[in-house]
Amino acid sequence: MLDRLDLPGKPGILSYLRKRRRLMEIYDVIIIGSGPAGLTAGIYTSRANLKTLMIAGSKWGGQLMLTTGVENYPGFLNGIQGPDLMTNMRKQAEKHGVEIVDEDMVRIEIGDRPYKTYTTNRTYMGRAMIIATGAVTQWLNVPGEQELIGRGVSSCAPCDAPFFKGKKVVVVGGGDAAMEEALVLTKFADEVTIVHRRGEFRASRIMQERIKNNPKIKVRFNTEVAEIIGKEKVEKVKFKDGSEMEVDGIFVAVGHKPASQIFEGKIDLDEKDYIRRQGAKYHTMSNVEGVFVAGDVHDYRYRQAITAAGYGCEAALDAERWLSEA
Amino acid sequence: MAAVHLTKADFDEKIKTGVAMVDFWAEWCGPCKMAAPVIDQLSDEYAGKVLIGKVDVDTQGELAQKFGVMSIPTVILFKDGVEVARQVGFAGKAGYLELLKKA
Repeated sequence: MLDRLDLPGKPGILSYLRKRRRLMEIYDVIIIGSGPAGLTAGIYTSRANLKTLMIAGSKWGGQLMLTTGVENYPGFLNGIQGPDLMTNMRKQAEKHGVEIVDEDMVRIEIGDRPYKTYTTNRTYMGRAMIIATGAVTQWLNVPGEQELIGRGVSSCAPCDAPFFKGKKVVVVGGGDAAMEEALVLTKFADEVTIVHRRGEFRASRIMQERIKNNPKIKVRFNTEVAEIIGKEKVEKVKFKDGSEMEVDGIFVAVGHKPASQIFEGKIDLDEKDYIRRQGAKYHTMSNVEGVFVAGDVHDYRYRQAITAAGYGCEAALDAERWLSEA
Repeated sequence: MAAVHLTKADFDEKIKTGVAMVDFWAEWCGPCKMAAPVIDQLSDEYAGKVLIGKVDVDTQGELAQKFGVMSIPTVILFKDGVEVARQVGFAGKAGYLELLKKA
């Protein structure tokens, strides 16, 4: 019915009516977040005929939008580019009827039902909620770092590596993400040094092998960054042992922290700010009835695209059952 | 109307007078793909008021270097040819609107 009002050259009328409709509507499920957990949840809830809204955030797609080739997501024989994988998941969710808004959430109200979600633009109501806000970059929090982001300090080698052609860079971290950053950088930089605070990497065997076999990569264990120095751009890095190194870029890959700040005081978090899953009957439920959790915002252990997708599926199935019994 | 592609040849001329907002981007950058539709949308909304431009850092490396762009997307705001402010990393529509306020 509404679509008939979509007059050519006057898209305003339709979008106005859509906006009004959203304001009054109560969704069955509101999903917060648009990484693999959120989008998988959306595919499941919409296919279960639940009216689903996704608050995707203005930076939708999650961590995979900052990667290049993903080789461990099943079903893609030759791997797939992270941003392409997320674009496909989004299209698949939309195809099944998930309404997606690229708005940032500011707060939720989970006192009375239906629950309310406030974004920068408006308020949405939902009977159940799936929180899949994921995790954000953990910076080093050393002097010079924040000031020099975009001027040599980066958390995204696939985005920024080409600016370091023929240069010398440092990658900080010891997991798969750090190894990937280093490997991406070797395509452009002359010299890549991985700096890790421990004596060994926790990265997967295959990634460690690739590092070892790459002549451009050097490794410095038991080393911590103390300060990043530079005026207009990064010039050198100072380590805690007092030594210094002249570099053009520093790529930070020390991990992520759960994007749970916005739920503090409303939903139970653990000591590291991960949301606790603690439902007795529905084990993806938080301490709040009807509020389910999926992906990196609760998972401190596995943190993979495929596990996040799996958790999203679990949360969606739980939400579906809970709604049918509520 | 999509944002205007700027090159070394016409950059200075195009941003010389008035307010200009320029998105430094590349084909291979995921966050740039998120930024592109937002930048195009802004170029519609500000048509005639602000020049919204795009610089492909692969083909226009000299421009990227000239403005010290080392991370993309980087969006730089110019007033009468002089840089006023910049936003490194995709900031969402709200972030770019904030940036425009600084002109």
